[in-house]
Amino acid sequence: MPDKIRISLTVNGVGHDVLVEPRMLLVDFLRDELQLTGTHAGCEQGVCGACTVLLDGETTRSCLLFAAQLDGSSVRTVESLARPDGSLHPIQRAFTENHGLQCGFCTPGMLMAACELLEHTPLPEPEDVKDALSGNLCRCTGYQNIVRSVCAAGRVLATAENGSHPASETAETTGASA
Amino acid sequence: MKPAAFAYLAPSSVEEAVDRLAEHGPDARVLAGGQSLVRLMNTRLATPSVVVDVNRIPDLDHIGADNGTVHVGAIARQRSCELAPLVRSRVPLFAEACSQVAHVSVRKRGTVVGSVAFADPCAELPAALLALDGQVVARSRAGERVIDADDFFVGPFENSLAPDEFAVELRIPVTAVERTGSAFVEVSRRHGDLPMCGASTVVQLDEDGAVANARIALCGVGQRPMRARDTEDLLLGQRPADELLAQAAELTAAATDPIGDCHASAAFRRHLARVLTRRSLQTAVARARKEDTDA
Ligand SMILES: Cc1cc2nc3c(=O)[nH]c(=O)nc-3n(C[C@H](O)[C@H](O)[C@H](O)COP(=O)(O)OP(=O)(O)OC[C@H]3O[C@@H](n4cnc5c(N)ncnc54)[C@H](O)[C@@H]3O)c2cc1C
Ligand code: FES
Ligand code: FES
Repeated sequence: MPDKIRISLTVNGVGHDVLVEPRMLLVDFLRDELQLTGTHAGCEQGVCGACTVLLDGETTRSCLLFAAQLDGSSVRTVESLARPDGSLHPIQRAFTENHGLQCGFCTPGMLMAACELLEHTPLPEPEDVKDALSGNLCRCTGYQNIVRSVCAAGRVLATAENGSHPASETAETTGASA
Repeated sequence: MKPAAFAYLAPSSVEEAVDRLAEHGPDARVLAGGQSLVRLMNTRLATPSVVVDVNRIPDLDHIGADNGTVHVGAIARQRSCELAPLVRSRVPLFAEACSQVAHVSVRKRGTVVGSVAFADPCAELPAALLALDGQVVARSRAGERVIDADDFFVGPFENSLAPDEFAVELRIPVTAVERTGSAFVEVSRRHGDLPMCGASTVVQLDEDGAVANARIALCGVGQRPMRARDTEDLLLGQRPADELLAQAAELTAAATDPIGDCHASAAFRRHLARVLTRRSLQTAVARARKEDTDA
């Protein structure tokens, strides 16, 4: 058995100094070693996007990375979104209020991709959302409500940033052309 | 299904990477963006016993230019090339091709050189490199070798690198010269998928508006990216009127040797070759006419 590799990385702000087998994928490291099962393993070959996490602030597929590659890196998973008291992040709330999920399998990947988009494009048009989330597959929703959810979350976050209180109601009533 | 066991090496210089490849020969694989290799390892279509991760080698992500040539380092990402002002202004065809590879998050990790080395016959970047008369610079313990794109692509997923050779950079001649236009167009089933067919075209007009130089390469229509040399000859010295472009499209389609698969039949791919050759020529010519430099 080849040598294990020592890595030190941060996951959701917590430091880990661990030995990993070279073939351990990041998605399996998160789920099996750190018990962070929010990141989903769908196709495990780069196609579906369910395993999307933020690596040093950028979305990446955690099934196409070996944990051994990540010495010195910082990873953020879907578990970093909600507050410790369990209250949902505005993006998560927008998904629940706009029916952005059904079975929820794709949702962690969708949320992380949306997170990255909203950081760079605070008030995205539906077209921006479609481009940013094109690598994330959903077998349930038909996507319309996911696009709606991300646009709604953008508006809530933008309002919050302007100093006002984030609206608790993100449900979209005007359709997708927000 | 998970990868078979392997030893992980992360060299910190090109020399060290080349040494590791020389030691392990065909048992070793270079790991760049991993967007194709890790997928193959997860399904055990690839089972290297040694993985040489080149992502930690400093200064290998360069995108630069000198004397009319753009240089792209082995770990420059597809997304960086797509957005780099230097690539967009000097070899716009290459930036346009990069922007059509996969999805943003895949392009942020996937490297330009990795895509070229992977030699997928349907991939955008090999066809773009071929139309641009680009070169691959390979390093081994024996020294450096510069390989023309036309000699680099051998067959499906097969390039002409020896197992101990590491592709350190691409060299692409600048096309931003007088009366030159280019275009990369493709058709894929879904946004971000590999194209069923793609056409990559560079056209330079002379002062009278006739074709002084044309280079056309296609992906998705054979065992490797195809250069449409007969079509290029047909266009030379002619005014690019609609009729000529239609004839060029016909000739290109006839020269293809597409394979039918679950994504598209051979007949459909040939049809796409005709349509996309014409479209890429029309766009390239329009861009060549509109400004004196490549747009
Ligand atoms: C969802 C999805 C969609 C995709 N869609 C497309 C698409 O539309 N078009 C497209 O072209 N590709 C597509 N790809 C593939 C992707 O673009 C890959 O990034 C690319 O094919 C390989 O680049 P890489 O840097 O990831 O290489 P890797 O996966 O790291 O390596 C690929 C191969 O090249 C070899 N290699 C890499 N670098 C070197 C080097 N410097 N010297 C010698 N050998 C080297 C490796 O050993 C390996 O055999 C897609 C991938 C995914 C996951
Ligand atoms: S599980 Fe990683 S992309 Fe599907
Ligand atoms: S909600 Fe079921 S896969 Fe998207």
